[in-house]
Amino acid sequence: MSSSETPSLYAAREPVFPRRVSGKFRTGKWAIMAITLGIYYLSPWIRWDRGPNLPDQAILVDLANRRFFFFWIEIWPHEFYFIAGLLIMAGLGLFLFTSAMGRVWCGYACPQTVWTDLFILTERWIEGDRNARVKLWKAKWDIRKIRLRISKWLVWALIGLATGGAWVFYFTDAPALAVNLITGDAHPIAYTTMAVLALTTVLFGGFAREQVCIYMCPWPRIQAAMMDEDTITIGYRDWRGEPRGKHRKAAGAEALGDCIDCNACVNVCPMGIDIRDGQQLACITCGLCIDACDDVMDKIGKPRGLVDYLALTDETREREGQPPRPVWKHVMRPRTILYTALWSLVGVALVVALFIRQDIDVTVAPIRNPVFVTLSDGTIRNTYDLRLRNKHGEDRPFRISVKGDPALRIQLEGTPYEAVDVPADETKLQRVYVLSPRGSVPAILDRTEIRFWVEDLASGDRVYKDSVFNGTGP
Amino acid sequence: MSTEEKKNEAGYGTTGHVWDGLEEWNNPLPRWWVWTFYATCLWGLIYTIAYPAWPLVDRATAGFLGYSTRAEVAEQIAEVDAQNADLRTALAEADLTMISDNADLQNYAVQGGAAVFRANCSQCHGSGAAGVQAAGYPNLLDDDWLWGGTIDEIAYTITHGIRNEQSPDSHWSEMPAYGRDEILGEDEIGQVVHYVLQISGQEHDAAKATPGAELFLNECSGCHMENGMGDPTQGAPNLTDAIWLYGGTEETLTETITNARFGVMPAWSEEWRAAGGLDQAEINAVAAYVHQLGGGQ
Repeated sequence: MSSSETPSLYAAREPVFPRRVSGKFRTGKWAIMAITLGIYYLSPWIRWDRGPNLPDQAILVDLANRRFFFFWIEIWPHEFYFIAGLLIMAGLGLFLFTSAMGRVWCGYACPQTVWTDLFILTERWIEGDRNARVKLWKAKWDIRKIRLRISKWLVWALIGLATGGAWVFYFTDAPALAVNLITGDAHPIAYTTMAVLALTTVLFGGFAREQVCIYMCPWPRIQAAMMDEDTITIGYRDWRGEPRGKHRKAAGAEALGDCIDCNACVNVCPMGIDIRDGQQLACITCGLCIDACDDVMDKIGKPRGLVDYLALTDETREREGQPPRPVWKHVMRPRTILYTALWSLVGVALVVALFIRQDIDVTVAPIRNPVFVTLSDGTIRNTYDLRLRNKHGEDRPFRISVKGDPALRIQLEGTPYEAVDVPADETKLQRVYVLSPRGSVPAILDRTEIRFWVEDLASGDRVYKDSVFNGTGP
Repeated sequence: MSTEEKKNEAGYGTTGHVWDGLEEWNNPLPRWWVWTFYATCLWGLIYTIAYPAWPLVDRATAGFLGYSTRAEVAEQIAEVDAQNADLRTALAEADLTMISDNADLQNYAVQGGAAVFRANCSQCHGSGAAGVQAAGYPNLLDDDWLWGGTIDEIAYTITHGIRNEQSPDSHWSEMPAYGRDEILGEDEIGQVVHYVLQISGQEHDAAKATPGAELFLNECSGCHMENGMGDPTQGAPNLTDAIWLYGGTEETLTETITNARFGVMPAWSEEWRAAGGLDQAEINAVAAYVHQLGGGQ
């Protein structure tokens, strides 16, 4: 190939001007947008009373104190496996939905899709529908164009600011931060986070849009491995639509298919693609082309579903004149059943773990430098660092005892008693000595298995941790 | 090649790569992607000029912003020191026995003392403060103290040290070398050794221990007391307990009595040292740290 024929290595973005459309998928997408954005913007403002020592915000990621609050649940850093479990569930859920129904996440629930939808909506309100926007795009920069563009960007900036603003509310007390943000007393990190998120929201939702899905997101590549010929996805019934043609009254029109080549499906597509080209990487399966085509089919008196959710296996059946298999037969496959089972298994395990976990906890770190100390009366002493966790909202007295051999005695550093007060919602480091008199069994053995019991004297809850007592050895 | 002749609507061919019949289109990169790449290059260039980056022979370029992680750490340390200035003053002026009544002061003293200990004391006493018996470095974790184990006595020992020429007030005592200086004969030393084994509850030869008792009363009880329980005001160890500075076997006891021991410890107060001394707050901190290791009285 000679160089003169080589087109540019780089391509400019083709602007997309999605036309307004109505239908069941559009209505569903509005509902999902209202719910997801509602949850995102409003949930930091829900209050939840946890007593005087703990924050009263229902959902709070308290990074400074390393706590995560979710209504009645409080997660400490050592319980991060709950978050890991939720992420595994999210992954398995994504596999399940993709293998059953293709890219439903991309089309309906992905933040990029939801925010882009919101930005396109505001764009339409300000600049008009598709034709007006195309005209404005081609128009010279006059007063009207500048006015429209500036008001659009201003609205976008406000949406972006609200997005970043809502984000920071999850990390500190929302009402207090809201006041501080306005008076200018908030932490610089809050302003920086808001600014960065506002900028990226406007950039991705307002300007980059489908470019994010096509070039930046890894999911379109991965999802191909999740789908098979039974996956329900959006397709064009070309055996019904082709050959397409506009001129229905011309001679030979009876040979044409149902597609009148009106381009309605292309004009409404937020990704700027033609679904009639078949399945493609850029399709996020948002269903708007189905709404557009059904509308046209109604008008020309043809049956709906020229563009429709369908599985590849149905294509061969329909070409042979057979009806498509019912949806549940496509969805109920070994892999989707397996994904559901795994998803439920992790979910049940997490719920069980949540209910059996204790409100007090202890970890034991034996001091190994040195492993034991000989006291003047020949007693062998081992030292342990106990970290006592009190997840209650008030101070609790913890009693510490040791089991393993009747000769063993316990002694706490800094107090003559066998109990210590652990402050509310804190971990207390308590050094504990275990003593074994001269000549007693644990003193002359190499190692003795021991068990530390910690009892919350207020509630009677008990937890234990096993450790080892080191003696002089034979 | 047929693959080169194949072109899509925009005029782009394929790369010629085929997997399982799937051909790779040679589609163009989005232009914004290329500009983003150039922008990151520019950012990288500016960054390496602004911040320390390019390695030279003996250092790296400093960067025109004059930023240094080391200076930042120094600044943060100074900030923390400033925050703790009141605590440090309180610690330097504290009545040592009262420190543990104030949780904040106790915590500051123990944490700070641990750092001072690791930097200055662990070379002999070990990072775990367990000492080294073979070399005669005392274990600071147990309940046996040569010169007293109250926090005030510990602080005094740290301030003035033991058997040094730095501080005129350092602890000082010296055990005679009974064998080397021919005060006692070899047999007599053996008898004393067996008496010491007896009073410390170890296996011994009673025939030797009985005359050893007589010798002990005459020669040793001045410092170690008649009952052998020692005297902390003279730094004379208790010989009846289970703890030995150099070891309690027949062999080490014979060596100790024959040649004597002379353990030393520097005076740590900056008053007695030209360099590397500790100020009052540091001495109090390390005393509080050692006192709470498990043996403080």
